[in-house]
Amino acid sequence: MINKKVKVSGNTKMGYLFMSPFLLLFTIFTILPVGISMALSVTNYNMMEAPSFIGLTNFKLLILDDKEFLIAMKNTMIFALISGPISFIASFLMAWLINNLRKMRNVFSLAFYAPSITSGVAMGTVWMYFFSSDSYGLINTILMRFGVVSEPIKWTLDSRYILGVVIFISIWMGMGAGFLTFLAGLQGLSPDIFEAGMIDGIRNPVQELIYLTLPQMKPQLLFGAINGTVVAFGVFDIAVAVAGMPSPNYAAHTIVSHLYDYAFIRFDMGYASSIAVMLFLITFVMGKVFMKIFSTKD
Amino acid sequence: MAAVKGMSVRIRGHHLFYISFPKLALFCFLALLVCFTALPLIYVTTTAFKPIDELYLFPPRFFTHRPTLSNMESLFSALDSSAVPFSRYIFNSLFTSVTTVVLTVVVSCMAAYGLVKHRPRGGNFIFSMILMALMFSPHVTQIPNYMVVKSLNLIDTYWALIIPKIAVAFNIFLVKQFLEQMPETYLEAARLDGASEWQVFWKIVMPYIKPAWATLVVFSFVSNWNDYFSPLVFITKTALKTLPLAVQTIAGGPGAAALATAGAMAAATLVMTMPTIIVFTVMQGRVLSAMAHSGIKA
Repeated sequence: MINKKVKVSGNTKMGYLFMSPFLLLFTIFTILPVGISMALSVTNYNMMEAPSFIGLTNFKLLILDDKEFLIAMKNTMIFALISGPISFIASFLMAWLINNLRKMRNVFSLAFYAPSITSGVAMGTVWMYFFSSDSYGLINTILMRFGVVSEPIKWTLDSRYILGVVIFISIWMGMGAGFLTFLAGLQGLSPDIFEAGMIDGIRNPVQELIYLTLPQMKPQLLFGAINGTVVAFGVFDIAVAVAGMPSPNYAAHTIVSHLYDYAFIRFDMGYASSIAVMLFLITFVMGKVFMKIFSTKD
Repeated sequence: MAAVKGMSVRIRGHHLFYISFPKLALFCFLALLVCFTALPLIYVTTTAFKPIDELYLFPPRFFTHRPTLSNMESLFSALDSSAVPFSRYIFNSLFTSVTTVVLTVVVSCMAAYGLVKHRPRGGNFIFSMILMALMFSPHVTQIPNYMVVKSLNLIDTYWALIIPKIAVAFNIFLVKQFLEQMPETYLEAARLDGASEWQVFWKIVMPYIKPAWATLVVFSFVSNWNDYFSPLVFITKTALKTLPLAVQTIAGGPGAAALATAGAMAAATLVMTMPTIIVFTVMQGRVLSAMAHSGIKA
């Protein structure tokens, strides 16, 4: 065997040669930035002068004094806690239902998945036909015709409704997000366990789902949950498309809106980095929690 | 007495097929949900072909009675007279998305090959970094990315939208999982025939993992085509803006869905939405089977 070394013990040099373009870019644009963000978060930096170390001042300001950040935090939390679980459960249920179909499976999957591959900006504006704040909006037209309201509801201008509209559109778009992962996972399940389950006394599809399917699907569920968390806490473009920036009374202000505002409008990079670090910590902790919940080692 | 468990579907007395009640209920439920997911997409499609008098109709009409291409024409011609024609935005989006997709496919597949088939020292550590990067939102790294792009003088160039998005954790993850199931014997046979590692990669590995990278093409194209945050941060020149920003501009500012441009807006949204849906429809079967085989594992 000429190339015995390659096969048996691994070829470190050749491996790194193939990985080098990826590693270079991954280091520059993903790994180092996490470190740089953390380093900048304890500085005052405006991109003109060198960063100066100010300890945890940014975080103190953020948590104790920055009312807009607290609003952004509250909005993002409400958003994530509602849209995240609903999208996740809906994705799974749909994948499960559609997987049981024989006919029309592709049509249903496409129709269900389509919203999640559209652009948030485009769909934010499309939904404005429905949620338009004047009497031309489809929903206002219907509500007024049936006499539910006499004045059009200002869906995108009244701060009481804005976040609800953003959540609604995000759920509509997000339902398909984990769907493909789940559908693929369901298709990869071995039929043997279901036959064994029949013998063990599994009687109906719901029992089958709880005792056989879900435990088998843990890796996909974990992936879906982590991905859903990342997407939910990164909410930005739909909020801007619906309510603008800044939104009325900051009703659709999110963590990423706040980050964008300080980083790329005010160029207060130190402060903005502390927002990025908060975002990092939240999604990371959530990720660890999901890894516990969906752990395959019990 | 046997309970009725289903019904036979007939047309003019001819029995077509028998459907059980639970299946029928499932179908109705799915059909309703599909209506919900597809409704805005259908509405934007019909609106894009509505003549001007139907656009201003009150109450608004869902389907058009006299379809017309005038909105499409005005989208392309009206904006032609202004500084930047709409076709330029399409080109910008197409060029940056396609270039990113090609580069990320090659770079991710090369890296996955190096990682999986050469088992370099430190490979596990690198993979754990990739897994970690799946757990936080790309917004976290946006500030350092901006600093790198700026220091490379890439602000207001296409490269600003391409280079940072080549080495994406999810992309290499997907290919790696798939590649792990490729038998070593294929590689050994080629190596014995005297093929270099570079030839092995292009002639043996790439054809074998085609389902994985075809899936990657779809996901990567969709996410880059729809990306709103990167061009917002990296592009200030109107001539270099991509479709999400252009659509937002045509919408006449957030939340407005200004009626004056309702037709052009719908046409723009349709143009923006169609490519991703077409790409997915064409690739749907392949995407699902690749995901089922590559298997997201714990």
